[in-house]
Amino acid sequence: MMKMFRNAILMIAASAAFAVPALADRDPAYAAARASGKVGEKPDGYLGIVGQPTRELQRLVDDINIKRRAVYATKAQQNNATLEQYALTAGCQAILRTVPGEKYQAPDGAWKTRTNEPPQRDPRCPTEGQIATGSAG
Amino acid sequence: MARPARLLQAGLLIAGLGVLGGCINVAAPDEPIVIELNINIRQEVIYRLAEDAANTIEENADIF
Repeated sequence: MMKMFRNAILMIAASAAFAVPALADRDPAYAAARASGKVGEKPDGYLGIVGQPTRELQRLVDDINIKRRAVYATKAQQNNATLEQYALTAGCQAILRTVPGEKYQAPDGAWKTRTNEPPQRDPRCPTEGQIATGSAG
Repeated sequence: MARPARLLQAGLLIAGLGVLGGCINVAAPDEPIVIELNINIRQEVIYRLAEDAANTIEENADIF
């Protein structure tokens, strides 16, 4: 009886550990597609295919974008914003967070490879310093 | 009797010159001034959401 009880507690603890999405890493296929520049960040907050689309790439991008959209929708509602406004804000950040070698889409629609230089973003995107100021105030 | 009238005229002339001297000429710009309120409002929204969006990306690292 005690053993069953202990097992139950262990199972609850284990499931709680898996329920935290913050520590989840990218799917290996997604990580590889990003690193090889086959997919990139778009200013609208969604992932895009950079070169020739394949079925696998399309499925991967669609899967992630559907999940992103669900997250954006929830968060937008919590913040009294529209889905598009929230997605655009996330797009500003997602492009800023690309690492050198990864692809992102410039405001003119052209795909760029991220370098050590700041990325070309929508002029409405806040800079890092401005975000820091905003969070402090 | 003509004297006070002269004085008044001279006074008006000086006052008029003073007004002219104080004029600031504002040249109209060649291009029309366009105030894009829509863009300003949306940028404000983006600034408001920025911190929350940053947290969202970190909390959902698997899809970003």
